[in-house]
Amino acid sequence: MIGDLSRMIITRRTALTGVMGSLLLAGCDRLSASPTFAKLLETAERLNKTGQRVVLSSNRPLARVYSKSDISLNFKANGTVRPVSPDYRKHQEESFANWKLEIGGLVKNPLSLSLEEIRAMPSRTQITRHDCVEGWSAIGEWTGVPLSTLLERAELMPNVRYILFRCADDLTNSRDGSGLYYETIDLVDAFHPQTILAHQMNGETLSVPHGAPIRVRIERQLGYKMAKYIMRIEAVEEFSKIGLGRGGFWEDRGYEWYAGI
Amino acid sequence: MTAEAAPETTPIKPAPRTKRGWELIYRHSWPVRITHWVNVLCVILLLMSGMQIFNAHPTLYWGNAGNQNDPYMFAIYAEEREVGPPIGWLEFGSLKLDTTGYLGVSIDRDGYPSGRAFPYWLTIPTYQSLAEGRRWHFFFAWLFLANGLAYWIYGFWARHFQRDLKPTGSDLRNIGRSILDHVKFKHARGDDAKRYNVLQKLAYIAMIFIVLPLMILTGLTMSPGVNAFVPWMLDLFGGRQSARALHFFAAAAILIFIFVHIVEVILSGFFNEMRSIVTGWFAVRPEDAKAKESEP
Repeated sequence: MIGDLSRMIITRRTALTGVMGSLLLAGCDRLSASPTFAKLLETAERLNKTGQRVVLSSNRPLARVYSKSDISLNFKANGTVRPVSPDYRKHQEESFANWKLEIGGLVKNPLSLSLEEIRAMPSRTQITRHDCVEGWSAIGEWTGVPLSTLLERAELMPNVRYILFRCADDLTNSRDGSGLYYETIDLVDAFHPQTILAHQMNGETLSVPHGAPIRVRIERQLGYKMAKYIMRIEAVEEFSKIGLGRGGFWEDRGYEWYAGI
Repeated sequence: MTAEAAPETTPIKPAPRTKRGWELIYRHSWPVRITHWVNVLCVILLLMSGMQIFNAHPTLYWGNAGNQNDPYMFAIYAEEREVGPPIGWLEFGSLKLDTTGYLGVSIDRDGYPSGRAFPYWLTIPTYQSLAEGRRWHFFFAWLFLANGLAYWIYGFWARHFQRDLKPTGSDLRNIGRSILDHVKFKHARGDDAKRYNVLQKLAYIAMIFIVLPLMILTGLTMSPGVNAFVPWMLDLFGGRQSARALHFFAAAAILIFIFVHIVEVILSGFFNEMRSIVTGWFAVRPEDAKAKESEP
């Protein structure tokens, strides 16, 4: 009888703990999904960004460079690995011979460059680590044109604050183009000497899974900032009217705009 | 004598006592109590949102890099089978454990087995969302850092660390006895109960000066932005993926500490311990409890 009773009390206590626990978890879920609470939590992103911008605002310091022996044997290609839009497929079949990189927006000299022209420009080669927001890392050797070279040639207007990359891949397979990948970075990152438009990886022409014909490398940021399949670059003053207004494909899906951590 | 010589000074107040006649001492100052409870909130939320983040890529590597195609040191994963439900595995070096039901594969909210490293009831939010997990994690990481720094500064300034946590020579000489007391679950009485025992001191020091700072530093070392600014941290921890693994193992050490801490709180008198960390007042169990308790 006493045994039964104590067992009953234990079950009741366990049940109570269970109920309390699930109420707490449900509370956390509701908070997590609430826009107001998300805003509060996002103050941390501002701290991350401000903190890092204070120490990284000059064009130095550089991200660590590794040696050839550090290069990952299997560099994972993430996100879209094969864009399906007819336009992109056509360029791919033609080995991007008729593809042009457009540089426009708030610039004095809009540019339209073929892959041949980009390859002929002075390039920079760097062996760097790629950090995915999911947690993994891979090391690769990247060769490309410093973005600063192109932006200086295009001549930015004084009110430019961000550089926007428009890409060919539609990760959500939307039909209206609302899922097209895009990214924005500020001028500190855009003019960083290691920020390049890479057309080669590990000494070979950039492959389709890794973003052919060009992808951007922003070495002090996480992988999702480094847009692949770039079609057009625009100098803009703000990004609130682009996509869902948070500055990038993953940013529109809840990730931080400043992805330095 | 001195009291007689200076009769105008206020008489010494008798030590406050509990109803049972146990002496009450003011053990925890308010800065310690506040930072303790802020820390409880932060650490719980950081562990839970950390497990959410881990679930996005539940594999740990050693060195600079590591991704799905590389050899790993630790992983929690689900193995799908052609017949029957999936199996949850935990692999650590050469150790491989079937953890179905808890890790790798667990029952989700709808009652179906689901392949995820940590179960929904351990993560914030309960559903899979790396973006939301990161938001929680970074917010409470900043609060944890601010709270920890405030505690550190107070601890040194008020000489709390030097006075209460620093093991004395006799503490260290008698460490064997303290280990024996712990094994026998024997708790201190009288004057001994007014101060921390040596194992307790060492555990607190390890957390305050090693494990918790290690969490902050290994966390920062996972940031490519911070890496560019302080590259030596990468070398200190053996690379970004090593830092990530150490962050995880240090979190496990915190979990073990919390477990032992709570067990000790319960065994040494739950009500008394809770009163002391909420109000500051701690009742000292007399040397001879029986004799004192029988006094009117």
